[in-house]
Amino acid sequence: MTATQDRPAAEIGKDRRRKEDQRLITGRTRWTDNITLPGMLHLAMVRSPFAHATITSVDVEAAKASPNVVAVLSGKDFGDELGVCINAWPITPDQKTPGHSPMPADRVAFAGEIVAVVVARSAAEARDAAELVDVEYDEQPAVIGIKNALRDEVLAHPDLGTNKSALWVFDSAEAGTGSDVEAAIETARTDGILIEREYRQQRLIPAFMEPRSVVVDPTGEQITMWSATQIPHILRFALAATTGVPESKIRVIAPDVGGGFGGKLQTTPEEWIAWAVARRLSKPVKYTETRSESLMAAHHGRDQVQTLTLAADKEGNVTGFKVHLDADLGAYIAVVGGGVPVLGAFMFNAIYKFPSYRFECQTVLTNTTFTDAYRGAGRPEATYAIERIMDELATEVGVDPLEIRERNWIKHEEFPFTTVAGLEYDTGNYEAATAKAKESFGYDALRAEQKERRERGDRVQLGIGVSTFTEMCGLAPSRVLGSLDYGAGGWEHASVRMLATGKVEIVTGASAHGQGHETAFSQIVADRLGVPFEDVEVLHGDTQIAHKGLDTYGSRSLVVGGEALVKAVDKVIDKAKHLAAHLLEASEDDLEYKGGRFTVAGTDQGVAIQELATAAFAAHNYPEDMEPSIDAEATYDPVNFNYPHGTHLCAMEVDTETGAVKMRKYTCCDDIGTIINPLIVAGQIHGGLVQGIAQALWEEAVHDDAGTLVSGSFVDYLLPTAADTISFDVVHTDDPSIATTNTLGTKGVGEAGTIASTPAVVNAVVDAVRHLGVSDIQMPCTPERVWRAIHAGDGDAPTPETAMPHFREGALNQDEGAGQ
Amino acid sequence: MTKIELTVDGAAVSDDVEPRMLLVQYLREKLGKTGTVIGCDTSNCGACTVHLDGTSVKSCNVLAVQANGRTVTTIEGLADTAEGELHPVQESFRECHGLQCGFCTPGMIMQAVDLLGENPNPTEEEVRLGMEGNLCRCTGYHNIVKSVLHAAEGAKA
Repeated sequence: MTATQDRPAAEIGKDRRRKEDQRLITGRTRWTDNITLPGMLHLAMVRSPFAHATITSVDVEAAKASPNVVAVLSGKDFGDELGVCINAWPITPDQKTPGHSPMPADRVAFAGEIVAVVVARSAAEARDAAELVDVEYDEQPAVIGIKNALRDEVLAHPDLGTNKSALWVFDSAEAGTGSDVEAAIETARTDGILIEREYRQQRLIPAFMEPRSVVVDPTGEQITMWSATQIPHILRFALAATTGVPESKIRVIAPDVGGGFGGKLQTTPEEWIAWAVARRLSKPVKYTETRSESLMAAHHGRDQVQTLTLAADKEGNVTGFKVHLDADLGAYIAVVGGGVPVLGAFMFNAIYKFPSYRFECQTVLTNTTFTDAYRGAGRPEATYAIERIMDELATEVGVDPLEIRERNWIKHEEFPFTTVAGLEYDTGNYEAATAKAKESFGYDALRAEQKERRERGDRVQLGIGVSTFTEMCGLAPSRVLGSLDYGAGGWEHASVRMLATGKVEIVTGASAHGQGHETAFSQIVADRLGVPFEDVEVLHGDTQIAHKGLDTYGSRSLVVGGEALVKAVDKVIDKAKHLAAHLLEASEDDLEYKGGRFTVAGTDQGVAIQELATAAFAAHNYPEDMEPSIDAEATYDPVNFNYPHGTHLCAMEVDTETGAVKMRKYTCCDDIGTIINPLIVAGQIHGGLVQGIAQALWEEAVHDDAGTLVSGSFVDYLLPTAADTISFDVVHTDDPSIATTNTLGTKGVGEAGTIASTPAVVNAVVDAVRHLGVSDIQMPCTPERVWRAIHAGDGDAPTPETAMPHFREGALNQDEGAGQ
Repeated sequence: MTKIELTVDGAAVSDDVEPRMLLVQYLREKLGKTGTVIGCDTSNCGACTVHLDGTSVKSCNVLAVQANGRTVTTIEGLADTAEGELHPVQESFRECHGLQCGFCTPGMIMQAVDLLGENPNPTEEEVRLGMEGNLCRCTGYHNIVKSVLHAAEGAKA
């Protein structure tokens, strides 16, 4: 065999078009709902219309008599084989955790909870029959809203005796990472600036475009589950742990998955019910939710009340920050449940050098859909709070919001820097990102226009919003997760299979659902192994193929999964080197590996990696001290989180007569270290931005007093459209700060846009009308809320004090009903 | 049951269907045209967009019986993909990274083809308004808009 392999041009940094796209743009896709198996039965769920009720009786006779119905089962028809829904992250040892059955037999705790399942030969027949299931309920008082829950007058789960689930505290004085925040507050109260605010993180719905779907086939030696999930490996583990089926008898496949954003980082009642029904009937079953079911019963995100106290000296140097969160878990503690707000604990101090810090998070249970991760998970909430309140500080001091940030942020020469929350930020350059963003945005010109329009008394005012964010991503060092009582580690696994024909299969434990791993991972392998991009095939999302993994969330796939891949490739090269030395009759010390070829120094002798793969396959001639294989695998546990950062600038126009807001310009400069594929990175940023902007301007999951989700369809839950959004100005620093904690120098980007953009937008809206006496507008900043904020001081209406203090009912910046 | 006869992606098909069956259900369940997907139940998302006699429709908003005697084109029939061909709009979406998870993509592409048929030279604003009935959660629309504009540019060249 002759080595004709040419070294491909460097792949890392190239804007490769995606490998995934061909099938996606031609409709040759395998969404879970597309799967049809012989004899497959279809499920429809019967869901509680009440937020809290005991189940008096379930009459299934009429449903059973409906055409082509095979079975109708309610909670009392199942035993232990149904399993339970798990919480993998009890945040304190004494956390109060309600039992969570996939289908309770006695009591429902939120509207949308499943009380019965209908099995029929077609989905339509199952849905028809579901309407005939007659459930009698005894309605119980429901607790809706964080503030109601805290009063403990009505209990979400009476047997627990309280709605308060857990209180998690971090204090820099106690941890030894900083001084006492109370002392800083007292000093600021008498001789500095003290800012107290209450911000509301409204409840959001992830609203991935592909509704969740699950297919279970019990007709093999292994029971196979296909699911529209982000976490096939965790799903398999949890099925084994809770349903009595050995893990070795379970195969989970996440085929094409249509978006997740944290919303498919869940082990769901629907999956558990489909599993139990398929086993019971020994037939393949499918369940696909409707959009209305998805909005009602797939987990929600955010939902916090943030009580903040920022202490600073008169020049605006922050001396302390105290944060108290009340976080709504909903009716049950979902898989990562209470851990989501705790992830924010380390991020409220953001990019700043605060001497003292205290964080408390009180989680509460309510009779609403359970909450869990949504893009950013804890970090957008933290970033919102700090970036909003830094603007308030700038106003108090009377300087530009970027100026107040610069006074407090970590200078680029101060890295690595250990923060008051105890994290070590390895690299960053906030000055460079800010300078680049300002230039691209045209900051000074827009400020001048703002001044001019303000002086002119223009009906449409211009506001400029700033967000200088960082985040901890790449979840996560396993020891850190262990110290936080999380139920699993944060490593990732990869393996490389060198095929006999010279092609390469790589297997990753990451589980892509739109991120473009197949393309980006191919680029990494192409460069590192020196093989053509086209020759690399990325396999994932099937526990029979990718047997080990911890899946995709928390901006982890590249920085953790990519590093596992690098380590596996390096092992392949090591093994291949031993074989190459044998075949070339040379010393390993004399071999050099470059462009996919080993060459003997000072000679023209060489052998390509593909030839070595063929030689290992044939196994006719190999060293006695090695196996006939150059395949390798690696499991990588990160040593630290990963800290991308950026400066986001937003210009908003606000019509002061109508309250209507319009985005004029959005510039972001993200420092994410080494970029593998700029096209994919830009896409991640664009999508992230719009999700964060949507929180600022449009989206809110609203329950009425009875606990009914009134934003339960796409008519009422306002996802932005192309007509609501603009094209973005995405730039990067010329000299990015390369991450030091992985070989490639990469940082996560999946959540960056969402984390950064929300406060930038709200800061811009507030900035546009601050001269009219407005210092806060609750999200989403609807025209009505903006108009009311502008007119809060009109006529005979009582004029609220501008800002402080307002930690009391009905005070400023709490809309009616907000947080309740 | 009602008998319908229609042309789908160039092939004549004939079936007995329930009068209540939606066109999208007919395409997916009877014909196996799973390239067309269902994203909502209120006709907001546009993921199921196909062409009916050359005009885009949300196929969740059309009964199968209403398609009787008519011609339906889905994402699977937009170009002769078995022969390796792509429609220029499909090509544009790949070129401009106009998709991520790809779930909304068939509907987006079908809507974009219709939009460009009506207005071959749209402004960004016209593209944004013309695509307003199709929801995407991944891309923030930035690259979808770019893809449509790129396809329009390509058609001029």
